[in-house]
Amino acid sequence: MSVPQYRKVAAAALAAGLGLSLAACSTKSDDSADAGGKVTITVDCQPVGAQKELLKNWNDDVAEFQRQNPNIVVKSVSVGEQCNNPPDFTARLAGGTVTDVFYGYMTDLQQVLDSGQAMDITDHVGKDSVPTWDSVDPALKEVFTDGGKLYGVPVKNYSMGLIYNKALFQRAGLDAANPPKTWAEVRTAAKKISALGGGVAGYSEYSAGNTGGWHFTSLLYSQGGQVLSADGKKADFNNPMGKQVLQNLKDMRYGDNSMGSRQLLQWGDLLTNAGAGKVGMFIGAPDATQAIVSQFQGKYQDWAMGPLPGQDGPAKATLGGGEGYFFKKGLSPEQVKAGLKWIAYQKLTPGKGQFDYVRAKPQNYPVGLPQPLLFTNGSDAQKQELDLRKANANVDTTNFTAFEANPVPIKGEPRNAQAIYAVLDAAMSGVLTNPNANVDALLKTAEDKVNQLLAAGS
Amino acid sequence: MALTTAPGATRRPGRPAPPPRQIAARRAGLGRKVRDNLTGHTFLIGAVACFAVFSWYPMVRGVVMSFQRTRRGETTWVGWDNYARIVADPSFWTAWKNTFVFTGLALVLGYAVPFFVAILLNELRHAKGYLRVLVYLPVMLPPASALFLFKFYAYDPSEAGLFNAVLTALGLPTSEWMQSPTMTMPAMVLASTWMNMGGAVLIYLAALQNIPGELYEAAEIDGAGVWRRIVHVTIPQTRLILALLAMLQIVATMQVFTEPLILANGAGTQDSATSVAYLIYQHGFFQNDLNGAAALGVIMLVVLAGFSAVYVRLTARQD
Repeated sequence: MSVPQYRKVAAAALAAGLGLSLAACSTKSDDSADAGGKVTITVDCQPVGAQKELLKNWNDDVAEFQRQNPNIVVKSVSVGEQCNNPPDFTARLAGGTVTDVFYGYMTDLQQVLDSGQAMDITDHVGKDSVPTWDSVDPALKEVFTDGGKLYGVPVKNYSMGLIYNKALFQRAGLDAANPPKTWAEVRTAAKKISALGGGVAGYSEYSAGNTGGWHFTSLLYSQGGQVLSADGKKADFNNPMGKQVLQNLKDMRYGDNSMGSRQLLQWGDLLTNAGAGKVGMFIGAPDATQAIVSQFQGKYQDWAMGPLPGQDGPAKATLGGGEGYFFKKGLSPEQVKAGLKWIAYQKLTPGKGQFDYVRAKPQNYPVGLPQPLLFTNGSDAQKQELDLRKANANVDTTNFTAFEANPVPIKGEPRNAQAIYAVLDAAMSGVLTNPNANVDALLKTAEDKVNQLLAAGS
Repeated sequence: MALTTAPGATRRPGRPAPPPRQIAARRAGLGRKVRDNLTGHTFLIGAVACFAVFSWYPMVRGVVMSFQRTRRGETTWVGWDNYARIVADPSFWTAWKNTFVFTGLALVLGYAVPFFVAILLNELRHAKGYLRVLVYLPVMLPPASALFLFKFYAYDPSEAGLFNAVLTALGLPTSEWMQSPTMTMPAMVLASTWMNMGGAVLIYLAALQNIPGELYEAAEIDGAGVWRRIVHVTIPQTRLILALLAMLQIVATMQVFTEPLILANGAGTQDSATSVAYLIYQHGFFQNDLNGAAALGVIMLVVLAGFSAVYVRLTARQD
């Protein structure tokens, strides 16, 4: 072969290789049915490798589900902690790379609809596809409904309460069986706990990474307030209730010095401190105790939970939220059916999947937490789930007695929740890091920002 | 004074235009040139394709997106609406102010300190290589690791924090570091300088070693002290590198993102750490406003392009 010919061949090979590699980059979206008539669905939020037992449980569930449904193939996808990472979720949504059946927070419906990725599954969901569907709390179904159409299936629900460290309560001479019920009592207890010294914060609070706004909302609900007006078009927190929330925190931080010196905390920061035994109280959902144990080296026996405190008596409302699964637009009816069958099996059947308490009991996974609140009070599914949970509890359920015995009305998260929480972080960080913070000015600024955000329709 | 010619017309002699026949010959020869260098051009296709797909297309797409709005999967053209909304965001001017403050401080600290460290290293007679390695070490640390070190150990606002322990030992009042709106920026610049100084020091060192020794000898014979040698020999001899690094420093620091994200958990105390790049991220990924984020990205691109244009003009004159 002469040199010029060799060059031409090499060039052609290179061009062909390049073409092939570019072709390989393109994604093949529809592999829903193979020659054998099998239906394939991709599902996200497979537990990460570090969660060995959870991952094994998931894989066992997939294997058993496929054995029971030989015509369905479940392809699981795990992208690290992507399921609890809003920026990651946004990127996958915008890039159109969500799985066929994809996880989302209860606050995500509008974002998912805006992205044009959600499928209307109203006609597909019912007792036939999800046997426990009639037992699922209608309020949760409503969260995934827009314009009378259903876009998602709820799989977990939580409500906030006061989580406290029993060991620190005892050391501070407080009654660990009787948690504070008002913010004044929280303040008194926090002072006693922080007086123990050693860098312990009597009460700890978030103010970064949207978690500050999330907790501001919950604290505002406890006062009887709301973040947005009834029509959802205006901010509604620049009022005496919003002021009271910030003033309480400012007084505790700088009046009592009972909130520790390190602020600008976001989700993992506070729980790290809690796991290290440096936090007396904070507000959170029951599964925060699970995170403290599984991720931050804490102990279940140290943590208990009471209802969310109110200003002068019981809280008027508490924030509730949760998660569910959406269906990607363009799926075939067979795929939707298969996806619903999988969700029903893994998430909504007492005794199976997330409710397989017999399997979870010997594992390092808590059974007995007052979660997930999925089924309506008195429904068959709820009774079954509750009986199984009690029979297999591996955490001391009396730690949650005060929380369960004093239910507070649950109020959902506001529309555009994540965007509003980002704005409210500044108000929270203001009172927690600046002794001269002007509460009125902080609320006014946040109000202007939220109104502008709502006006822009984002 | 009357203008006899159009402004700038005779300012710089332009290259004479080639005669028309020459242009035609060049065009005719283009296909032949491609054929002659087929392998080279094929390799070029790969590079161009990569740039087109991963660099130029996203930029063009970003500009297009900045004039669109996506709702319910439907994309519509909205003209300048996204720009108007972004400019009206109360955090917009705060972010620009923060970014300029960061860039300004980074120019003072991150630009001047490495230069003087390089001069010191250049003057050393012993342990030169050893000290160069020491200075360069922080660059090898991943930025996230370095910033977490600062966040949890150096800038811990309690008395247990490294810097606060030093201040206490010196009998000075402690600082809240990242929790204090006034300290946020200096603290971020300090960490950033520590992380990035090594690279700049190496470049300065290379430039310093290219300065002919006779210039210093002549200056010394003329009685110039250390300071005058720096002012009259070192700085003029390294001015091109100084100008280049100043430009790179401005462009890089104006895109500051990792420092606010990690050190300040994003916005910091009351937006005190919000940079333009972080605001883009916040709009895009937390506020579900990718179009607004694209608009802000375009605004930033224009500002940085403006800086680059000024730099090109200034250095062209110097040449």
